Formats: sequence, structure tokens, C-alpha cells
Amino acid sequence: MHELSIAMSIVDAAVEESQRRGVQVSAVHLRLGALSGVVKDALLFSYEVACQDTPLEGSQLIVEELPVIVFCAQCQKERVLQSVQLFQCPECGTPTMDVRQGKELEVFALEVQEDEVQEHKVQESEVKE
Amino acid sequence: MSEPRLVEVRRNVLKQNDVIARALREQFRAAGVFVVSLVSSPGSGKTTFLEKTLTQLQPRYRVAALVGDLATENDAVRLARSKAPVKQITTGTLCHLEAAMVQSALQEWDLHQLDFLFIENVGNLVCPSSYDLGENLRLVLMSVTEGEDKPLKYPTIFNSADVAVVTKNELANAVEFDWNAARTSIQSVRPGMQIFRLSAKTGEGMDEYLNFLSQKLAEQRAVAQVLSPSVRQVQ
Repeated sequence: MHELSIAMSIVDAAVEESQRRGVQVSAVHLRLGALSGVVKDALLFSYEVACQDTPLEGSQLIVEELPVIVFCAQCQKERVLQSVQLFQCPECGTPTMDVRQGKELEVFALEVQEDEVQEHKVQESEVKE
Repeated sequence: MSEPRLVEVRRNVLKQNDVIARALREQFRAAGVFVVSLVSSPGSGKTTFLEKTLTQLQPRYRVAALVGDLATENDAVRLARSKAPVKQITTGTLCHLEAAMVQSALQEWDLHQLDFLFIENVGNLVCPSSYDLGENLRLVLMSVTEGEDKPLKYPTIFNSADVAVVTKNELANAVEFDWNAARTSIQSVRPGMQIFRLSAKTGEGMDEYLNFLSQKLAEQRAVAQVLSPSVRQVQ
């Protein structure tokens, strides 16, 4: 169960981004790949705990779960895996380890209150990794 | 109050760990040390396997190990019998190692004096899969007593590993271990993964695995040589 430490990293990241932009966060949107090694329910539970006594207290965590997408060399196409227990093309059965999506553990977006955005807001283009 | 607005931030949650892991990997490459991390469930025989690995590599190579454990130093004490330098990382309640722990544990060691460094992760098949430690090879260990479908129960960690080792082969008959079923489960979650079947206790199958490690070290050094032929002379 490492979801609590992951949740704390999410809160840290979101607090940092919100302070940089001078905004109040009402929700954090997270992209969670099926190969990230993180369990959604455990994460949602941990998030509330991790938010306590931070500027994010009371905010919501919205998790978008992403399936594994692999590239099939036989079909020359990207395919969605049916199960992480079977790494093969669901159409032709060719085994593949060419993973194109599924390892994501990413704070994708923050939901903020528009009227609290200050004048000197950071331009989207300036936002660096 | 106005409508909430969505601000895109796109930030990798484990970025901090990944940055340190990348720095470690670069440090390992520059020092010419090949780093192997070991993951498995508790009780699969990681420590015995590592002890034998250290002992058998030692006549030919300079080896060392970092051992992650929740609370005790028993593993480090056992591994010290191999006479190789061993350092314990006691993680407390943390169920996995992170790159920063490896970095801080390595501070007093001169990596240039090593050929192989082994990092034994905490016995856990779930949490360690998310954390890159900068290793060159991740080895997942399963013993014949755990059942052939272990990879299907923990696909993420098997998928994140480079090599599988099936240990305690001396018990295979006693537990009616189905080797084909095990191989099928491993290949299902990680197609093309190289698998070694061995017994750390009797030594059966150890040579093939140790030769594989020697080969990996040679390959890494050949690449390092091509990339920066003057590095070794300068240092």
C-alpha cells in the first residue's frame, strides 16, 4: 500500500502549481494508467487524508483510468489491451511489449475558481514540465 | 461565484523520483558498475539467492549490495557472510525503496571500485513496480512454492521487470510445480522475458544465470566505451 505516499506527492504537486498560479483548487484531475501500479480506490481513500491541513483540504480527486495501449507489429496498429494479464494483440494474437499508454501517473489538470485567478496569471505556454 | 475553470498542468507525480533515478543511472554508467535490482514477494528466497550470487561472483568481480528491509537488519547480517560490502536501508513502514534512498545509501561508496551492485527491494510484489531506482536490470524472483500463476496475480511488477528467476527448484517435485504453466504465465504478462530456473541452495542452474550477468556487464561497458572512449583514461 504505497497509495498514501503517492497521494501526498499529488497534493504536493497540486499545491505547488496552485501557488505558482495564485489560484484556489477545487479538484485535481489525475490520469492513471493500468500499469502504474497504483490502485484507484486506495488512492481516493488516501487523498482525503493527504489533503488534511493543506490548501487542498476539501478538494476532490478525479481519476481518469487509462487502459494499456500497445502497438502490434503484425497489424501495424495501436490496440487496446483487454487485460494486463495478456500482452498480445487482441485482434491477431501476436505478443507485444511495445507499450504506448498505460504507465501514466500524472496530475493532468486543476479545477480552479475563475474569480480567484489573479491578474498576473501564468500563460499556459510558459508552464514547464 | 463563477464556473470553475480547468487549468492543464500535466505533471508526472513521480517526477522527483524519476529525476533522481536518471541521475543514478548516469552515475552508474560513468562508474562502469552494472546495477541489478531484485523484487519478489516475502519469503521467496531473495536473500539466499543474493548471498549465493555475491559469493559466486566474488572471485571474478567486485560486488556489493544494498538491502531494503522494513524493520530488521537480519538480511544484511546474512549477506555479510559473503564478505561483500553490504548496507542496510531500513525503510520503517515504507513498503518499497525509492531512488532517493538508494542515492543517500550510496554516498559513502566509491562506485568506481565496483563491477556489480545489487539492490534488494523490500519483499513486496505491488509497490516497488512504480519506482525506478536507476537500475540497469530489474530481476523478479518467484519460487516454485508460490504457484505457477503468481505472474498473473501481479502482472504489473512482472511486466516492469527485465528478467525472471524461478528459484527453489530443488522443491519443484515435492510441490508438483508445473514448469510449462509457469512459463506460460510469465510470457503472457511479459512476452519475450528471459527466464532462469535454478536452485540457490544446490547451485543447480546458477552458472547460466551468472554468465548472463557477466555478459550484461561486458555489454554495458562496451556501450560506455563507444559513447565516451576517453572517460576511463581521464579518470
